[in-house]
Amino acid sequence: MSSLEPSSSISAGSSGGGRPGSGEDPDDLVIVPRRQLGTWVLAAAVVIVVGSLLASLLRNPNLQLEVIGEYLFSAPILSGVRSTLELTALAMVIGVAGGVVIALMRLSRNPVLRAIANTYVWFFRGTPILVQLLFWGFLGAFYEHVGFGIPFTGDNFVEYPTESLLSPFVAAVLGLALNEAAYSSEVVRAGILSVGREQVQAAKALGMTGGQTMRRIIMPQAMVVIVPPLGNLAILMLKTTSLVSVIGGADLLTEAQQIYQQNFKTIPLLVVATLWYLAMVSVMTLGQRQLERRFGRGMTTVGVQ
Amino acid sequence: MTEHPLLAVERLHKSFGELEVLRGVDLIVEAGQVTCLLGPSGSGKSTLLRCINRLENYQRGSVRIDGERIGYRRSGNVLHELSERDIARQRRAVGMVFQSFNLFPHMTALENVMEAPLRVLKEPREETRVRAERLLERVGLREKAASFPRELSGGQQQRVAIARALAMRPKLMLFDEPTSALDPELVGEVLGVMTSLAREGTTMVVVTHEIGFARRVADEIVFMDAGRVLERGAPVRVLDAPRHARTREFLAGV
Repeated sequence: MSSLEPSSSISAGSSGGGRPGSGEDPDDLVIVPRRQLGTWVLAAAVVIVVGSLLASLLRNPNLQLEVIGEYLFSAPILSGVRSTLELTALAMVIGVAGGVVIALMRLSRNPVLRAIANTYVWFFRGTPILVQLLFWGFLGAFYEHVGFGIPFTGDNFVEYPTESLLSPFVAAVLGLALNEAAYSSEVVRAGILSVGREQVQAAKALGMTGGQTMRRIIMPQAMVVIVPPLGNLAILMLKTTSLVSVIGGADLLTEAQQIYQQNFKTIPLLVVATLWYLAMVSVMTLGQRQLERRFGRGMTTVGVQ
Repeated sequence: MTEHPLLAVERLHKSFGELEVLRGVDLIVEAGQVTCLLGPSGSGKSTLLRCINRLENYQRGSVRIDGERIGYRRSGNVLHELSERDIARQRRAVGMVFQSFNLFPHMTALENVMEAPLRVLKEPREETRVRAERLLERVGLREKAASFPRELSGGQQQRVAIARALAMRPKLMLFDEPTSALDPELVGEVLGVMTSLAREGTTMVVVTHEIGFARRVADEIVFMDAGRVLERGAPVRVLDAPRHARTREFLAGV
């Protein structure tokens, strides 16, 4: 109230009682925020639409809920879930490690390193992942043996049949990881570039070497920018693993396909696969949030405390 | 003890493409001395500072700290550029404080101060922590040790930055307009810390627009314009009886 006093003395001529304006008492007035009617209308519409869809789905005899129940936790499906998770984890770990290397090469002062990295990204981003997987799967038909030897002579010290080295699982990991390296290198590069030059200068001025600056100063800050799209890539990878069914990788979709090719219960088994993919992606999303919080340290209000 | 000055910059030339920003600058700073660089913006003061610890390269001239040539190895009349690792080693001897603080945002104040002694000098963690706490105490921020930079005011951040630079026990401290990015009421606390450093015998080169600070603390004032040193001398001499018209003009405007 005391802060109102100077203004009341200015407008003292317009109204009596020391209060400016129309004579109402602002202390008696209650402020109510505007009602968001649209939210309620939309919610009602969603309930009706989703409800009728669910009802029609559950009433459809082709869904065969009992078949879904029968196969959801069956041994082949669970083994498919496990290989899908293994493929995802291996392809991500190898792919992101490769992506960091390629990103550093692309940011290097050495033009040869830059050219190698650019060509790599150009090639693996420029061809469909399905084609790459088929290529790795059928490499044995192209090169029957792989080995190490003297370049250009064809004399090898050691030599192995390609088929024995490149099992469908190894071919799948290789194909997915090489592709992932190309995409994640762009994410890592954007993250590194997001850290200001003045941070590098501060680190240099303290006598830190290039490697120390990258590990201790740039990367921890770049992670804030890198983690969200990388989480996105990981979720995308989990679903991309379903493509390895074309080279006989024993992933979740392949297992489901093998079952419905025998019993023709196609839709229920696709629903089983869908439920597992959704469950796995949901868990990954939670993990991604944890990571974002961890690397947001000192950068956002969420990270503090 | 030795015949050479702590910092000797001789006939330094630096250009960015066509633009020549340093045109043969000399600067001698004796141990324990405070030198303030004054001059209009674009006169080359900050560039000179950044050449001293090789954050910028230069086309001609030489920089020596405590007699050691910075950035190059001489054989005959040729200067060969040192490796990044050797330059990093030379930079340990020079502390730098930036206009925009440049603290590491993902580390607490204490971690900022501890980082370089831990990683660069490989000092034991416990010893480093005790020393870092003492340095924060010295800049009046002992109780902010666990705060992240974004939780600190500009003045507090700059004082942490000073502590971070001091943690390397540098022979020479460079200040690049340390108060230019601060709100006016926060300038005093940073200048206070710098004044006490100067009183304790720290060798300092300070680029600043704070004429009052320069008058009180500097042993020598160097006035630069268009990439050249126009005049130099004791504060009283340069500030109260400038010889050059450009200096008079600049001082009248500040």
